[in-house]
Amino acid sequence: MTDVMLEVKDLHAYYGKSHILQGVNLNVKNGEIVSILGRNGVGRSTTLKAIMGDVPPQGSIRFKGKEIAGLKSYQVAYCGLGYVPEDRSIFPSLTVEQNLILGEKSGRKNPRWSIEDVYNLFPILRERKDTDASVLSGGEQQMLTVCRTLMGDPDLIMVDEPTEGLSPQMTERVGNLLQNIAERKISILLVEQKLTIAMRISHRVYVMGHGHIVFEGTPAELEKNDAVRREWLEV
Amino acid sequence: MAELIIISTLNGVLYGMLLFLMASGLTLIFSMMGVLNFAHASFYMLGAFLGFQISQWAGFIPAIILAPIIAGGLGALIERYGLRTVHKHGHVAELLFTFGLAFIIEETIQMIWGKLAVDYRVPSFLDFSAFTVYATNYPAYKAFMLLFSIAIFVGLIFLLTRTRAGLIIQASLTHPNMVGMLGHNVPRVFMMVFGLGTSLAAIAGAIAGAAFVTQSNMAALLGPILFVVVVVGGLGSLWGAFVASLLIGLLQTFAIASDWSLSKFLGSSYTPASGTILYDVWTVTIAQIGPILPYLLLVLVLVFRPTGLFGTRDT
Ligand SMILES: Nc1ncnc2c1ncn2[C@@H]1O[C@H](COP(=O)(O)OP(=O)(O)OP(=O)(O)O)[C@@H](O)[C@H]1O
Ligand SMILES: [Mg+2]
Repeated sequence: MTDVMLEVKDLHAYYGKSHILQGVNLNVKNGEIVSILGRNGVGRSTTLKAIMGDVPPQGSIRFKGKEIAGLKSYQVAYCGLGYVPEDRSIFPSLTVEQNLILGEKSGRKNPRWSIEDVYNLFPILRERKDTDASVLSGGEQQMLTVCRTLMGDPDLIMVDEPTEGLSPQMTERVGNLLQNIAERKISILLVEQKLTIAMRISHRVYVMGHGHIVFEGTPAELEKNDAVRREWLEV
Repeated sequence: MAELIIISTLNGVLYGMLLFLMASGLTLIFSMMGVLNFAHASFYMLGAFLGFQISQWAGFIPAIILAPIIAGGLGALIERYGLRTVHKHGHVAELLFTFGLAFIIEETIQMIWGKLAVDYRVPSFLDFSAFTVYATNYPAYKAFMLLFSIAIFVGLIFLLTRTRAGLIIQASLTHPNMVGMLGHNVPRVFMMVFGLGTSLAAIAGAIAGAAFVTQSNMAALLGPILFVVVVVGGLGSLWGAFVASLLIGLLQTFAIASDWSLSKFLGSSYTPASGTILYDVWTVTIAQIGPILPYLLLVLVLVFRPTGLFGTRDT
């Protein structure tokens, strides 16, 4: 196996007639944190959904060397791709612990993360394990969804705007959590609005324009490239 | 009086529990597909006829075990190879599909077993009096039905709230996409829920068929009451279906057993002239209007509480 985990080539996706993704190319290597940056509405979330099979993808998506474009979402997840959607989608009527249990995949042996690991990482989740997930704060819900996805023992997780609406302290904690995850050799494909956090933790960043990638490089390279930042990132 | 109350309560709870066996499946399927399964009562009927047939061949116990398994298996196949395809064409198509299905089941049953009631009886080992309340004997078979349906109820609650499969079902009802993206095969969950729901209805049919009349019109007779139950309870609410089942079970049983009328209630202080409409209103007994009561409740609930007693969405 190469050290490329995920390789997306010429990815297209449509909502009805509107052509949202117009040939996206990107890759994520083993243990790498990669961010997709860009203004609102350029198709960052759609990219993740297309990879996940939630929006029908056209083009090639290879994950751990296997073509996954055209698979159903649950099959993609079963291959080891975890996804934390923008809207979080916790199961509100279930307890915190039940939410975590639902993240486990049936029949998977020796997962990297156990429920105890998760509780040690976030003692607050242990304290709240028997309460309904809907009563958690926004930040706690974000932790819960990330941890729920980890319970499925993914090799790569895609996280869509995890810090949206969170306080600066909570944003820091989410950033630290993601680094912590990457240290366990889990690759991360992150969609972020907050440049500071993405620049701090990413190994590489992509900038997305309307439906395709307009810049690829390290955070330091993006830092130096005023033209790209002015045209595609600053409001 | 106490005798009447005890017996009617037992009968009402029994009737309510049988209704719940059917309403629970209907509710689960509704939460999942967003569409009422018009053929649900047909699976109740199928359970009764299969129960009858199997009991002829192999006895009562195999009958009440195998009939729900066969009916549920059939339900799962119908979801997998019928509904799942129709689903892509929208709710109206689904509704029409279940409507057609109800007729197919009814016609098929008439072809095999005819239009007359079949001789599905209480098994002899349960055909005795379990206990006596004052002067009334309570049949052992009714006690058996009551305990059996309560056991199924407890089993269902346990399955849904205490097992991993149940959690997956619960989450799939509200967030099917997310459950899929966690790696669970949601279409298969839906197929199993449909199979489970139809087999619950078949259980009710298999045990009730022996006590009541097993005939090809039993689905048509029961169907409307079932819809009343799920609408009154609140579409999609299992807890609501439970309360509404008991409510309607008790309401109907007590209504049938009572000979109260306005004249009796108000005493003879005033009696309208006989032959007038007012006289008819005054003397009609609750037993006579019993069959209307559930529908009256339906109308009142829809007017005053459109979401049903425990529902969250408008009907
Ligand atoms: N379900 C949908 N139906 C139709 N169009 C959609 C749908 N979801 C998104 N779009 C459109 O697709 C485009 C890309 O949306 P996407 O959610 O990928 O943007 P984004 O880059 O994640 O931005 P943000 O999350 O900040 O809004 C937008 O123009 C949006 O209006
Ligand atoms: Mg987005």
